[in-house]
Amino acid sequence: MLEAHHLLREEELESLSMAGKPKLHYFNGRGRMESIRWLLAAAGVEFEEELFETREEFEKLIQGGTLMYEQVPMVEIDGMNLVETRAILRYLAAKYNLYGRNIQEQAWIDMYVEGLKDLSDMIMFFPLSLPGEKEMNLEYILERATTKFFPVYEKALRDHGQDFLVGNRLSWADIQLLEVILMAEECKPSVLTGFPLLQEFKARISYIPTIQKFLQPGSQRKPPLDESSIESVKNIFKFERGMFLKNMSTIVAEY
Amino acid sequence: MRNPETTMAGKPKLHYFNGRGRMESIRWLLASAGVEFEEKFINTPEDLDKLKNDGSLMFQQVPMVEIDGMKLVQTRAILNYIATKYNLYGKDIKERALIDMYTEGIVDLNEMIMVLPLCPPDQKDAKITLIRERTTDRYLPVFEKVLKSHGQDYLVGNKLSRADIHLVELLYYVEELDSSLLANFPLLKALKTRVSNLPTVKKFLQPGSPRKPPLDEKSLEQAKKIFRIN
Repeated sequence: MLEAHHLLREEELESLSMAGKPKLHYFNGRGRMESIRWLLAAAGVEFEEELFETREEFEKLIQGGTLMYEQVPMVEIDGMNLVETRAILRYLAAKYNLYGRNIQEQAWIDMYVEGLKDLSDMIMFFPLSLPGEKEMNLEYILERATTKFFPVYEKALRDHGQDFLVGNRLSWADIQLLEVILMAEECKPSVLTGFPLLQEFKARISYIPTIQKFLQPGSQRKPPLDESSIESVKNIFKFERGMFLKNMSTIVAEY
Repeated sequence: MRNPETTMAGKPKLHYFNGRGRMESIRWLLASAGVEFEEKFINTPEDLDKLKNDGSLMFQQVPMVEIDGMKLVQTRAILNYIATKYNLYGKDIKERALIDMYTEGIVDLNEMIMVLPLCPPDQKDAKITLIRERTTDRYLPVFEKVLKSHGQDYLVGNKLSRADIHLVELLYYVEELDSSLLANFPLLKALKTRVSNLPTVKKFLQPGSPRKPPLDEKSLEQAKKIFRIN
């Protein structure tokens, strides 16, 4: 009898704690949700995921009426159905004190994060390249990473000599930078050659306990898209191959 | 003798070409907040090169806004700073989340309209059809519904925020594309009128303000040259 009582309490407790956890709605892959998983994990926040695998499941979610623009990512948190990746990330960063201590720090974090987004979008869309263009696109990504993006962050760390990008403490910018470094290394393991401070940064941030935990197998971190999951993504979101080039035109238009 | 530099020192300085592009929403936000600003126009590729070589552009890109001792780049970073500084970003993180969700949707549609001039001629009709569809089926219904649901004058927190300003700016562009697109959105039309009548916005809407006209052929060619777009 004591055992049954104990079990009931545990179930009750479990459902109470479930109610508190953010719930992520997306497909079973990185895409635009991965940065959100990183931020939650780094903040030590446990979260649930409802991952759809087919177009039908995605349409069911749309029909449920919880997606403001009929798009994902969507995160249920604090009584809201948050959509738009940046809106979600900003909310989380502010809630978990990863958004700086004042308006200037917030501005620096925003600049660093927005700058990285161009690079991370390129890498994200890369698997959707047309087969004949893969090599060319990869070269382009690596050229941009090493000449346009990484130098900015290497310089930032060199200029202030601190452990973190902004305000001498961990922020959203550091987490985002680590994520993008790791994505770039998946494209080319030696991509950080010539960036000694970024190499140290990578080691240092990876070592933070919550992040270390997220980097271990079995965490909610998702693997890169492989050929079989590309087909599935294409069907769910009705993408075409050649999305890389289409996306590139948007990036070029950041003028 | 008064150094003209120091009297100007207080005003934000916008670096961009003489057209809307990605700087226009920044101009709208500053103007609506009643903030006077200066503009330094990039007229040639050499002007842009100079900014890059100066080290003024963190990612070698514009828009760039000099404000409060910083050289801010990245449109969203700039808009966030201005909105926060001038209290147009809601009263807490939940209001900010709503504002952000609305703003990102607005930006997505605005982006489609903005890059339309760069679209190859053979794809233009299809693009315009898509824009119309997104406008009347995906985006405007959301904002009409928000206003209907609370019956208040502004999108969030019963107070003017950046979301209202970005939305009204967008509604002007939608109207430029095709005014009939606004036909089924009475509350949005009312918001547009209400916000347009605010003294700061009214001033910005008048001729002679820093507001920029739609891109014509000549300015498009110049912009392509400056930014080395083929």
